[in-house]
Amino acid sequence: MVKRKAIVHISECVACGCCIKVCPRNAISIPKGIYAEINRELCVGCGKCTKECPASIISLEVTES
Amino acid sequence: MKRKKKWYDFLWIVSLTYLILGFFNILFAWLGLLCFFIPLLIAIIKGNKAYCNKYCGRGQLFSLLGGNFGLSRKKDIPKWMKSNYFRYGFLIFFFLMFFLMLWNTWLVFDGVKNLSTAVTLLWTFRLPWHWAYHGTLFSEGVAQFAFGFYSVMLTSTVLGILTMVLFKPRSWCVYCPMGTMTQLICKAKNRTTP
Ligand code: SF4
Ligand code: SF4
Ligand code: SF4
Repeated sequence: MVKRKAIVHISECVACGCCIKVCPRNAISIPKGIYAEINRELCVGCGKCTKECPASIISLEVTES
Repeated sequence: MKRKKKWYDFLWIVSLTYLILGFFNILFAWLGLLCFFIPLLIAIIKGNKAYCNKYCGRGQLFSLLGGNFGLSRKKDIPKWMKSNYFRYGFLIFFFLMFFLMLWNTWLVFDGVKNLSTAVTLLWTFRLPWHWAYHGTLFSEGVAQFAFGFYSVMLTSTVLGILTMVLFKPRSWCVYCPMGTMTQLICKAKNRTTP
């Protein structure tokens, strides 16, 4: 089965946290105030963060398993 | 499944109230210093951007207006606007203007210049604002700072609304000087203590 997961392009992340607020799975955190990290175990690939991110730097990518 | 709202999800009310109070008495503008020092202190002490990520009422206001009220085209922000050149450039420009404002305040404190009861929008347009001035206790410089600081806050709100409409609701966060600065502090801090 094809699964999608969110991927943050960290070099362009402004660490605003807009993505955190919309994620229904609480899969996103910004531990050091530099960039957002996605917990791949929790992410269900819904794409809400992708739409919300003001810098449009989160993409959904197909993963194995 | 929706995230449960926390108390800090309502801080947009504070931001909105702040902007409104400035129409009635300009001295309230001094309270805006809080959204200067709180994010900086959090970044310096804790080394994170919890202010942006949780508490910032301005960001919430934009996501409310742009998201819930649909006042945003929800288009991608142009590439140059999220480049570090623009973000750091805007930060420097913002600070230069800020120091100019402080200098102006000092001149009024010193009695060299007279108090100007105007709010300067986008560093250019002077809006008459005398109705919000009812005298001040200590020195006219106190009021001059309030006018200057409110100008900064109003200008950034107008820019934020503009980019909210054109791009995504919280586009302002991409080039917000406070956001850029706290991220820089976090970068510096987390380099020294990995
Ligand atoms: S794709 Fe959905 S589940 Fe995954 S991180 Fe983004 S908002 Fe959360
Ligand atoms: S919304 Fe985008 S820019 Fe903001 S923290 Fe998340 S990934 Fe980074
Ligand atoms: S980037 Fe600026 S406007 Fe956005 S959440 Fe941070 S401080 Fe608030």
